[in-house]
Amino acid sequence: MSHLYDRPRIRLSGDRAILVEYGDAIEPAVNEKVRAVTALLKRGLPEGVEAVIPAYRNLAVLYDPLVTAPERILPVLLGLEARRHEIEIPKPRVVEIPVLYGGDHGPDIGVVADHNGLSVEEVIAIHAGTVYPIYMIGFTPGFCYLGGLDRRIHTPRRKTPRTLLPGGSVGIAEAQTGMYPVDSPGGWQIIGRTPLRLFAPERENPFLYEPGDRIRFVPVTAAEYERIREKEGA
Amino acid sequence: MDAFRVLSPGSLTTVQDRGRFGFLDRGVPPSGALDPFAFRAANLLAGNPGGAAVLEITMMGPALEVLCDAADIALAGADMGLTVNRQAAPMWQTVRVRKGDLVRVGQARSGCRAYLAVTGGIDVPVIMGSRSTCLKARIGGVEGRMLRKGDILRRLEGEPLRHPRVFPPGRIPVYRSEIVLRAIPGPQEEAFGSGLGMFFDALYDIAPEADRMGYRLQGPPVHHVEGFPQSIISEPTVPGNVQLPADGRPIILLVEQTTGGYTKIATVISPDIPKIAQAIPGNRVRFREATLEEAHRVVREEALLMRELEDLLAAGR
Repeated sequence: MSHLYDRPRIRLSGDRAILVEYGDAIEPAVNEKVRAVTALLKRGLPEGVEAVIPAYRNLAVLYDPLVTAPERILPVLLGLEARRHEIEIPKPRVVEIPVLYGGDHGPDIGVVADHNGLSVEEVIAIHAGTVYPIYMIGFTPGFCYLGGLDRRIHTPRRKTPRTLLPGGSVGIAEAQTGMYPVDSPGGWQIIGRTPLRLFAPERENPFLYEPGDRIRFVPVTAAEYERIREKEGA
Repeated sequence: MDAFRVLSPGSLTTVQDRGRFGFLDRGVPPSGALDPFAFRAANLLAGNPGGAAVLEITMMGPALEVLCDAADIALAGADMGLTVNRQAAPMWQTVRVRKGDLVRVGQARSGCRAYLAVTGGIDVPVIMGSRSTCLKARIGGVEGRMLRKGDILRRLEGEPLRHPRVFPPGRIPVYRSEIVLRAIPGPQEEAFGSGLGMFFDALYDIAPEADRMGYRLQGPPVHHVEGFPQSIISEPTVPGNVQLPADGRPIILLVEQTTGGYTKIATVISPDIPKIAQAIPGNRVRFREATLEEAHRVVREEALLMRELEDLLAAGR
């Protein structure tokens, strides 16, 4: 059963933002709609629209109330939607994230394997064998909410969160997988680490990905990890 | 050029400008001056463009040694008191300082945050389109952190004003210990049923957990309608959203986060955000229901008022 609404539900979020909601579930069809409308809007932001922020099942449209109002933005938005099939939405970009799995860089990979009755090699193959859509980025800069983690490696959070996870840590929590872009505390089961700098504020574009892109984790050896890390200057 | 040496940093002093809006969809919070009114007033009084970077001073001010030949400073916002070489100097006015002067900002007697502007604006690297400090992401301002003793602050080029500017006394906000915040129901008001009425009737206390991320409130808990989930699929948040977690105690979200997974009963209108910025733990808050049309009318009135102030103050140039 699809959780896609027939028509979007509009919610006011104060006097400078509306939320446009396309469904009530975390579901590829719902997020695909969010992605499409975001892409269409970003081609030419309606006058007075300051930002478009996509999430799992809705998007926020931020506007300047001195220039526009929801009743002027909505017709544009609905018009774009109606023409959605005439306009080609770019295919999602797949961003490859090299990961050194296990060992010191992924101290909890054994926990994930044991919890699911798998070998460490199987955990790696399953985790790296999926292409994950980025449904939303939030919590901290560059922190992705990814969809599509294989049921076979779902694992509860750690009972005691770690006080410091190094930036680049890749982990699993229940049905989610993701990466910590910067050093932070966290309770996820850490299965590996990427040598890439996921948040480089001094770069013109400090991030490697945006919402709507897809992430593929690519296993690398310790030697490859070091080589990439040196190139990143981390 | 060098502007100040930080002799003591105050309790929490950061560099802020209008904010960082280019990466909200990547989880980078807007940051920026929490009280945009006092922020703009300080810049105006120092003869700066509206978006110049200033010092946001929280509760207890810094002591600064002036390092440049001559510059104007202006302090607006919370009533902290300003001295130059131990002599009282006025807030909400242009104050001329010279090399070697000792500028000291005291402790808040009313309000919570004051803004110190200097000719040209504080010069720190522009990170992702803004000079604002985001402590959580450790970016902007001085190395992404609050000021420390010994920091040297630079300023951009700019000429001191020929005639000092004085903010019209009648336009200086009075920071009260009980505030009324106008709020538009939503985005998830249906989750609360009759709780919405309770929310608008209640008198809340501001809890000790009150910072640029959000203000927690204490008071009669407002609960969700039975069967309505307490958390929702995470979604973008905006400053002013009033989030209600399972314990029924509201949190007013502010400028250091971009997403959240709790239902939001109402959203404080943007012209009332400065009232929150100037409130401290122990102050009391009521919410009054507003419509979108009313909020937009207030936004237009405030913009007009600010334009009048700009014209008035610039006329004395």
